[in-house]
Amino acid sequence: MGTLLNDFSPGLFAMQIVILIILLFLMKKFAWKPILNSLEERETGISDALASAENARKEMQNLQADNERLFKEAREERDAIMKDARHVSATIIAEAKEEAKEVTSALIEKAQASIQQEKQAALAELKKYVAEISIGIAETVIKKELSSKKDQLALVEEILKEVTLN
Amino acid sequence: MKIAQKTIKFLTIALITLITATSFAFGDQKKHTAENVGGEVNTQEEVTAYIQHHLKDSHDFTFFSYTSDEGKREHFSFPLPVMFWSSNGLVAFMSSEFHHNDDGHVVVDKDGMKFAKIHSKIYELDKEATSVSFDETHHATNAHKVLDFSITKSVVGILLAALLMFLGFSALARQYKTRNIPKGLGRALEPLVIYVRDEIARPNIGEKKYKKFMGFLLTVFFFIWILNLLGLTPLGFNVTGQIAVTVALALFTMVIYLFNGSKDFWAHTLWMPGVPYILRPVLAVIELAGFVLIKPFSLLVRLFANITAGHFVVMSLIALMVTMKEAFGPVASTGMSLALALFIMVIEILVAFLQAFIFTMLSSLFIGMAVEEHEHH
Repeated sequence: MGTLLNDFSPGLFAMQIVILIILLFLMKKFAWKPILNSLEERETGISDALASAENARKEMQNLQADNERLFKEAREERDAIMKDARHVSATIIAEAKEEAKEVTSALIEKAQASIQQEKQAALAELKKYVAEISIGIAETVIKKELSSKKDQLALVEEILKEVTLN
Repeated sequence: MKIAQKTIKFLTIALITLITATSFAFGDQKKHTAENVGGEVNTQEEVTAYIQHHLKDSHDFTFFSYTSDEGKREHFSFPLPVMFWSSNGLVAFMSSEFHHNDDGHVVVDKDGMKFAKIHSKIYELDKEATSVSFDETHHATNAHKVLDFSITKSVVGILLAALLMFLGFSALARQYKTRNIPKGLGRALEPLVIYVRDEIARPNIGEKKYKKFMGFLLTVFFFIWILNLLGLTPLGFNVTGQIAVTVALALFTMVIYLFNGSKDFWAHTLWMPGVPYILRPVLAVIELAGFVLIKPFSLLVRLFANITAGHFVVMSLIALMVTMKEAFGPVASTGMSLALALFIMVIEILVAFLQAFIFTMLSSLFIGMAVEEHEHH
């Protein structure tokens, strides 16, 4: 302790205090303040940039998810529409078929009925005509009966010929 | 192959160093046998005296001394201004007037007053005395110390460190004006600043209050570190091993934490809550002694002792070259001295950083204790 006190130089002590005060002032003004401020500025800049990058990434993710969702929805909608359309077309076709069938069968029935009718009518007319012819023949035969047997037969034959021609 | 080349290179350099150093050792011996003059360092006592001299501050800047062929002691040095407050006011002259004498034998006459330099201290002789007389304990009996404000070697070291710091860091500060990431020296300095801020100041003082003390902590950290490193160069500075310097540094820390003490800090120091009233004055004395005396004292002594011890050990190991010569021969003593001194030197480089770190660390710890605000329950 004695040597320590003896070695203590008040002059050097005073010099050190004065120089250190000046140095502290100068360093603070010209070095530490600008350095620390710039460092802080840079650090906040970096952390801001990182945060905004993170935000952008999240936004991007959100957008992507949105897109995916929209896409999926659209596809589902399209599928639904397609399904509906197919269903509708199938029913339409079936209905059309049914209708066509009905129409044709109705037509056929109608045709058959008219054919039947025509046939009946034709038959009736034919009957009527045959009867008329028979009556005519009988009339003529009866008229010429007494003239000659030969003439009668010839006449019958002629009338018959006429009949078949008709 | 590369490693082998490197090893060969290293060995060659080591060998050359060894031979050079050994030849010096031989040379010393030759001169020692010749008619000798004072100032040579050859015996254990001279080595110890030389180291003691080095550890003290010095009034001139001596790079090295040698004895010329004519047997005259030559100093490769330059003088520094000596300024002090004598009984008749301020006196100033160059240290060369003492002719490198440090034991009071050279008396300088100025304005009718006589001055002598004894162990790096300037003494003013009593009026009627013409030369310094000593008692048995080698204390001057007819002279007294003066208040010495000389630009000593340590002051030169302080100014040099201050200049280096200022140039380096103001250059770094200027770089930020034009670019975000500094280049060159600034790129090496920036992480150190960040280190002090993030590893020393922030954790110890706290996020809220550390900014106010950054200027002091950074200044002190780099000041001590640069001076410690300067002390390891052959320039032979021993600034942080000067008790006056470490006292000044510790005083700064103390003033700062005492003046920034929070209400809580003073309450806890002077009137500790939660303790029986009768104990409170006792605790106040202990706490106050801790903050005013013990903590600054531990700061200043730790730095002073570490640096002084480092210089002492390195110089003693270098001196092995001389002191072990008789026992082991010049080659072995030189080799041993070089190897050991190199080893300790590497450790000292670590210590140079470590002591700067510890001083700053403890300063910020004490500041942190003082500014801390406790939560009241």
